[in-house]
Amino acid sequence: MMEDLSSYPLELGGPNIPMVRFMKVRKSYGDLIVLDNLNLDIAASEMVTIIGPSGSGKTTVLRMLMTLETINGGVIYVDGKPLTHMPQNGVLVPADARYLRKARSSIGMCFQHFNLFPHMTAIQNCMEGPVLVLGLSRREAQERAEELLVMVGMIDKKDQHPSRLSGGQQQRVAIARALAMRPKVMLFDEVTSALDPEVIGEVTNVIKDLVFKHRLTMLMVTHQMGFARDISDRVCFFYGGKIEEQGSPAELFSNPKSKRTQQFLSAVKAAD
Amino acid sequence: MKWDFAFTAEILPKMLWATGNTLLAAGMGYAIAAVIGLLFALAQRTPLRILTYITREIVEFIRSTPLVLQIFFVYYVGPEYGLYLSPWVAGMIAIGLHYAAYLSEVYRGGIESVPKGQWEACTAINLTTMQTYRRIVLPQALPPAIAGMGNYLVAIFKDTPILSVIGVAELMQAANAVGGQNYRYLEPYTMVGVIFLVISLTSARAIRWFEATVRRKLGMQ
Ligand SMILES: Nc1ncnc2c1ncn2[C@@H]1O[C@H](COP(=O)(O)OP(=O)(O)O)[C@@H](O)[C@H]1O
Ligand SMILES: [Mg+2]
Repeated sequence: MMEDLSSYPLELGGPNIPMVRFMKVRKSYGDLIVLDNLNLDIAASEMVTIIGPSGSGKTTVLRMLMTLETINGGVIYVDGKPLTHMPQNGVLVPADARYLRKARSSIGMCFQHFNLFPHMTAIQNCMEGPVLVLGLSRREAQERAEELLVMVGMIDKKDQHPSRLSGGQQQRVAIARALAMRPKVMLFDEVTSALDPEVIGEVTNVIKDLVFKHRLTMLMVTHQMGFARDISDRVCFFYGGKIEEQGSPAELFSNPKSKRTQQFLSAVKAAD
Repeated sequence: MKWDFAFTAEILPKMLWATGNTLLAAGMGYAIAAVIGLLFALAQRTPLRILTYITREIVEFIRSTPLVLQIFFVYYVGPEYGLYLSPWVAGMIAIGLHYAAYLSEVYRGGIESVPKGQWEACTAINLTTMQTYRRIVLPQALPPAIAGMGNYLVAIFKDTPILSVIGVAELMQAANAVGGQNYRYLEPYTMVGVIFLVISLTSARAIRWFEATVRRKLGMQ
C-alpha cells in the first residue's frame, strides 16, 4: 500500500528550520521492522550521537540519510528540502535517481571499514570526487585535498596507497575524502570500531577538531561513551528501532531515566 | 619418411605469412569478445530485469553450442536472410560472440569481487554509476580477471584453425594447402604445431607478467 504523502510539506518553513529532519520514518527488511515511526531533528551545527545495543537500527539511520537505503515510510528532509522525495504536481513522490544525486550532495559519510579506493593514493582518494563531481580543476582539487590532509595529519603520506597505511591513518584519509566534498552534514558510523585501541585517539582527535573548529552538522554512531560525552550536544539512545531516550550528554549519562538506558550504560561500563 | 629441410625452407615464408593472419584473427576476435563481453556483463547488472534475463539466456545459449556450428551458422545461414559476409567477417563475428560469452563471466566474477563498501563510498562522494564503474569498480575488477582473460586469449588463438572450415587463410588453411599441393604433410603440420606451442607458451608468460605489473601499478598486492 502506498503511503498518503499529502500531509508532508513540500518544504520546511518558519524559523529554526532543522538541518536534518526525520519525519515519521519507517524502514523494514521484509517482515523485519528496523525503524518504526522515527522522528528526529538535527539543528545546523549540532553534534548528535547515537548509542544503543547492536541491531537497534543505528547504522540504518545513517545509511538512510546517505541514501544508501530507501525508506518504507515517512520523509527525510535536509536543509528544509525533502531528500527521499521530490515535489511533483504539488505533492511528494519518491525521489528519482537524478533528484537523489542532487539532494545527497550535502551529505558526507565515513564508514567503519574506511572503504578507501585501494588503487588510488591518499591524495587521489581525496581528489576524485572534487574533480569528477564538483568539477574542480585538478589544481584546485589538489590544493583542497592537501589542506585537508594537513588538517587530519596525513600530508606526509599523501602519495601512499591505502594498503601501506594503518587503520587509523586510513580512517583519517577517509575523513579528508568526505570533507573534500564540502558536505553540510557529516555522518560517522562507528569509525573507530575497526581500529586497534592505540590508534583510536588519532581519529577521535580529528573529529573533536571538526566539532570545535568547524560549524558542521554531525551525526555519529559510536560505542565510545567517553568520546560521546565529550563532544556531543545531544545523545540519542536507540533501542529496538526507536529512540528510547535522548538528552544532553550530562543528563543522559549521569541521570538516565529509562530502565533500558540504565541497563545499557551499566553493561557498557562493565565491559570497559 | 624423413624431414625435408629444403622443403621446410621453401614453405616457411608462406607459413609465417599465415601465422600473421592467425594472430590477426585471434587479436580481432579477442578485441570484439572483450568489448561485447563487457556489454554482456554490464547488461546483467542493470536494474532492468528483462535485459538481465535476455542477456543471461544469450550467454547460456552461446556457451552451450559448439563454436564450429556458430561459424557455419553465421557464414551459411546468413545469406539465406540476405546477409552475405566474407569468411573473415563471418568468422570474426562468430568467434567474437562466442568468446564474449565466456569473457562476460570472467568480468562478472571480477566485478563481483569488488566489495560492496566501494560502491557505497562512491555513492557517498556522489559519483554517477558510469563514473563508479569507470574509475573505481572496473580498475579493481581487472586484476582478478586478468588470469581468466589470459586463458581465453590463448584459447581463442588455439581455436582459430576452426576458421579454416569457411576458408579463412590462417595457419591451418595454409598448411592444408601446402600439404595438398606437395603431397607432404609432415613438415607443414609440424610447423603449425611448433608455431602454436611457442606462441601459446610465450603468451601465458606475458599474461602472468602483465597481471603482476597491473597489481603493482594499482598499488594492490
Ligand atoms: N540488508 C539488510 N537485510 C536485512 N536485515 C538487515 C539489513 N541491514 C540491517 N538489517 C537488520 O536491521 C537491524 C538494524 O541493523 P543496524 O542498523 O545495522 O543496527 P546497528 O547499527 O544498531 O547495530 C538488524 O536487526 C539487522 O539485522
Ligand atoms: Mg552498526
